[in-house]
Amino acid sequence: MGAPEPVLSVRDLTVTFPTPHGPVRAVDGLGFDVRRGETLGIVGESGSGKSVTSLAVMGLHTGASVSGSISLGGRELTGLPERELNRLRGRKMAMIFQDPLSSLHPYYTVGEQIAEHHRVHFGSGRKAARERAVEALAEVGIPDPRRRAREYPHQFSGGMRQRVMIAMALVCEPDLLLADEPTTALDVTVQAQILELIARVQEERGLAVIMITHDLGVVARVAHEVLVMYGGRAVERADVDTLFAVPAHPYTRGLLDSLPRLDDSDDEPLRAIPGSPPSLLAPAPGCAFAPRCPRLADAPAQERARCETELPLLDGPAGLPQVLDSSPKLSASFEQGGPPCTGGTPMVACHFPAYEGVAP
Amino acid sequence: MTFTEPLLSVVDLTMTFPGRRRSAPVRAVDGVTFHVAAGETLGLVGESGCGKSTTGRMIVRLLEPTAGSVTYDGRDISHLSQRELKPLRQDLQMVFQDPHSSLNPRQTVARIISDPLLVQGGSAADARKRVAELMELVGLIPEHIDRYPHEFSGGQAQRIGIARALATGPRLVVADEPVSALDVSVQAQIVNLMDRLQRELGLAYLFIAHDLSVVKRVCDRVAVMYLGRIVEIGPKERVYAAPAHPYTRALLSAVPLPDPAAERARERITLHGDLPSPAAPPPGCAFHPRCPKAQEVCRTGTPALRRMEPGAARQVACHFPEAA
Repeated sequence: MGAPEPVLSVRDLTVTFPTPHGPVRAVDGLGFDVRRGETLGIVGESGSGKSVTSLAVMGLHTGASVSGSISLGGRELTGLPERELNRLRGRKMAMIFQDPLSSLHPYYTVGEQIAEHHRVHFGSGRKAARERAVEALAEVGIPDPRRRAREYPHQFSGGMRQRVMIAMALVCEPDLLLADEPTTALDVTVQAQILELIARVQEERGLAVIMITHDLGVVARVAHEVLVMYGGRAVERADVDTLFAVPAHPYTRGLLDSLPRLDDSDDEPLRAIPGSPPSLLAPAPGCAFAPRCPRLADAPAQERARCETELPLLDGPAGLPQVLDSSPKLSASFEQGGPPCTGGTPMVACHFPAYEGVAP
Repeated sequence: MTFTEPLLSVVDLTMTFPGRRRSAPVRAVDGVTFHVAAGETLGLVGESGCGKSTTGRMIVRLLEPTAGSVTYDGRDISHLSQRELKPLRQDLQMVFQDPHSSLNPRQTVARIISDPLLVQGGSAADARKRVAELMELVGLIPEHIDRYPHEFSGGQAQRIGIARALATGPRLVVADEPVSALDVSVQAQIVNLMDRLQRELGLAYLFIAHDLSVVKRVCDRVAVMYLGRIVEIGPKERVYAAPAHPYTRALLSAVPLPDPAAERARERITLHGDLPSPAAPPPGCAFHPRCPKAQEVCRTGTPALRRMEPGAARQVACHFPEAA
């Protein structure tokens, strides 16, 4: 199967912030691809570098140094002058944020704000752009769009505001949508509506989507491929079915094990990951997860030393095909029409990956 | 089952906030009734604006209810004065959502945790010893007693908040979204800690949360609120396995499951529209504009919270509840 050209291709992305306590490498050597019609889920906890990654793709870092390669539709974005980036932002790639209220301008009607995008990027007239804004509002399911276009952001509810943000992001028909925790501030019933909306426009337009979230449930619902981040680095990358059925990295495994689940019946204590996420100020020379790693804790001293001193690389590990054959849950989910993995073999950054499956 | 006096009874509890200037008053909580037995956990779930936090604040009397009563250990505390409340504060404590904003940044951990003890008349020397014990109890290192809140991570800060709540040996702890500000990997630690403390100390919890998966893990019984009212309450197993109120059903089906295959196979009920404003609740059943089962009677008559069948533990406020 020849995979189509990716819409976005990121290689060896590194973002470093200067701070009074020394440079902080918030993202370190990250690489991924996103294709048309596909959703890449980026999961991680606070400080794992997932939002920094999305801002780097949009070229929105001002105080940080960004290195590596970000290529959008074959065009290299790193090092591009601001003027050029301005032509791409909102046109070829667009972003929606966690808090729609603080991302909308309180002094302008939502119609004006959406129309502005169209006028800037297409040079369209005031009237035509307004018309396009009303259509965009209708498309994202806002009732009575002509009237609502004349209203201000504070007159909308949280869910409706996020629809406005989506309308604004899509009005210039971008190829790539970055959604940074788009439903975290919303109630669960409204979250379901917004996720459905994003899925619908993605299908209609063949949009490539990057969904950044801390919620593994959201990832399971929308993503085709998943990138798990920890301490600024990718620790695991796999198609969604493989990742959830046979997570290879002990951190991914730990996250899945520690979740309380609706579909769980037992009342045993949750299998919590001890400790807390690492500080990026003084990164350990080895694996960032080593201090919390259960596999490390059980390992002989020599192996332990390796995890503590040697940085594990994101590699396609051996032994996955056998696991695929032996995991009834995973093969069942593929038979159900799970998304084909176009992102290549699952990869993990661990010295001792293991496909043990999640606890039942 | 022998009848025992519940530790906490809330009857027809109502809170009306006056509207600002010309806007209408907001009835944030409207006739809420439930009880919590000693050593039990009741989960209070619902979306933002449903009145769950206001309910919790009335129970610990950070707010005075406008109507109805809060009875703690057989005594009506709904209108006690601050002075009369003071001895009761030993028994009734609260844990807040954001651990950092609920800890004074200019006080050391020793001061923060010992404050409730000193207020209740303990001596400083005893208090310091007790703080070290409490820190150990909640999984903090007692040597960190003289550190400041900013030196702790979110999960550790929440442990400080829990230690402070436990300082006076309470019997009921109202926990308002105690894990929702925490990272997933740390959430589980705090949930386990609260579980263990409940077993060791015989605490009763009112656990307020919007995350239904967390509530399922920690609670014995669960109450679902919508626009200031309880729409369903009952033993957790029943409510989660066979939700009777259409809102509970929709809420449960909206929770994303961390399992891609189950997500694809799942039939979801997507609610349309947003939560109405509590300042202008819809007439009749407040849920009717979003309810897939709404009929004429739902637009006019407010359904009362009724037992599913005589003697049943579960109550639901719906004209057309799902069969249990």
